[in-house]
Amino acid sequence: MKISRDDVLRVAELAHLDLTPAEVDTYQAQLDQILAYVDKLKEVDVANVEPMSQVLFPVSSDGGDGHPELREDVLQPCTIADAVLAQAPDSAKPFFRVPRVIER
Amino acid sequence: MSAATRWTIPAIRQALQTKKASAREIYAEFVKRIDRHNSEWNAYLTLSPERGVSQADRIDAMIARGEELPPLAGVPVAIKDVISTEGVRTTCSSKILEHYVPPYDATAVEKLERAGALFLGKTNCDEFAMGGSNENSAYGPVKNPVAPDRVPGGSSGGSAAAVAADMAVIALGTDTGGSIRQPGSFCGIPALMPTYGRVSRYGLVAFASSLDKIGPFATNVSDAAIALSVIAGHDRNDSTSAALPVPNYMASVGQSVEGLRIGVPEDYFGEGLDNEVKQKVQAGITALEKLGCRRIPLHMPHTEFAIAAYYIIATAEASSNLARYDGVRYGLRVSQPTLGDMYRKTRGQGFGPEVKRRIMLGTYALSSGYYDAYYLRAQKVRSLIARDFTDAFQKVDVIVTPTAPTPAFKLGEKSADPLQMYLADIYTVTGSLAGVPGISVPCGETRTGLPIGMQIFGRHFDEARVLQVARAYERGLGDAD
Repeated sequence: MKISRDDVLRVAELAHLDLTPAEVDTYQAQLDQILAYVDKLKEVDVANVEPMSQVLFPVSSDGGDGHPELREDVLQPCTIADAVLAQAPDSAKPFFRVPRVIER
Repeated sequence: MSAATRWTIPAIRQALQTKKASAREIYAEFVKRIDRHNSEWNAYLTLSPERGVSQADRIDAMIARGEELPPLAGVPVAIKDVISTEGVRTTCSSKILEHYVPPYDATAVEKLERAGALFLGKTNCDEFAMGGSNENSAYGPVKNPVAPDRVPGGSSGGSAAAVAADMAVIALGTDTGGSIRQPGSFCGIPALMPTYGRVSRYGLVAFASSLDKIGPFATNVSDAAIALSVIAGHDRNDSTSAALPVPNYMASVGQSVEGLRIGVPEDYFGEGLDNEVKQKVQAGITALEKLGCRRIPLHMPHTEFAIAAYYIIATAEASSNLARYDGVRYGLRVSQPTLGDMYRKTRGQGFGPEVKRRIMLGTYALSSGYYDAYYLRAQKVRSLIARDFTDAFQKVDVIVTPTAPTPAFKLGEKSADPLQMYLADIYTVTGSLAGVPGISVPCGETRTGLPIGMQIFGRHFDEARVLQVARAYERGLGDAD
């Protein structure tokens, strides 16, 4: 077992997920199985390989550069506050309202 | 008129121009068919008759005034429910967004509307696009229109089923690890994943941002090319969209494929590949050779590591992207006396089992002490997989493989075993990780009549070549009939 019950509870806490005891058992077994499969990655020689942190490539059929241009830093008027607040479960303009934070 | 639900884009255009049918009438035919049949397949979650009718009226008014019609005038479309539509509920097939109504349109949606499309509604999918069978929807699975005891594939199962069952002419799907191509394969229709960055993702609800793409389903490759030409292009609202010109895809779909080099990687034809799928895809490659293509054997050595790399990278990104669903700003809130309990209960009750599983896996992979072993290593392996593609494209113009290792499987067959479900993505995730474009085209059926798909990958931003080869193959089949 790579994954203990405590690991599952720790990760659920990090992810802010309330899990039932049955879910904890299920995820423990399934994450264990999936991570055992993922261990395949250890067979690959990754010495001197850079991680792929950028997806767009400067290679294209028409010789162009696929990288996006940097946008000019110009202020744009934004008038959507009412529409955004209208979606909130609880709000008091201009705020979202939430339960007590202090005891967390 | 009753055949309107089987019309192609050019047929709709001609019907409008010759006044054989109005946009209103065409739209009504589709609505009638959806009303009658959607309960069998569960492809649509929400219909948008108000928007659709007003879009149809706009087209009919243009015709009355004798104006030039835009490219998708009067074409009824379906939109996957992870893509934002102003005023039309967008649930991501999740309970956490059950009542969410976006205040704006995704760029792809806005472009469809500007091009004259008529919105039928929002299609069912796996929750937050996570799955390969559409069984992870909070609103019930979609059934495969070809075989109702089978899955339509996923995650864009509703979009694929809507087009396959003549309930839309075009449908937008999204593809992160195969979610357009695999349902296209399972439902027997062309399904295109564009290059990463070709289509703006502004307004797409994010799952894995380094992998997500929007693309079309259609009943034929030529219609898919028209749809791509409408939705493609740079967008200032999406900094990951490429500032490249969009070529004329309709010009390339007519061109001969004579002399093109077709790469066939042995790594995609090994253990685990269903025998009938293998035979049909090989027959498809032979058909391309008869059209004048040259077959070049390839070895892409990192293919077997793609699933492992993908399920670390995609879940890590998902765990971060889905942090926004916390009950504060929109969506479900499960009220609790303290903020922390409100977060945990909202997310625990709002997300379904697969979404929670992926958030857990991704959070684990990114957590302190495990980052190097999982996420960083996966990103390095991703570089090697991308390099396999770059190396291959030095030697070939396109790469041809099966889309999925099997035809559509039975509902419930894999749902208890997440790893088995993940392994069904084995031939699609490679191209997703590399960011290249890929299409699935129908290449025959099994003895029991289940569709089989052939996948064609191209170079970055070379959708034109992918569509050209797919269309030549499709037309070759038509000629053979």
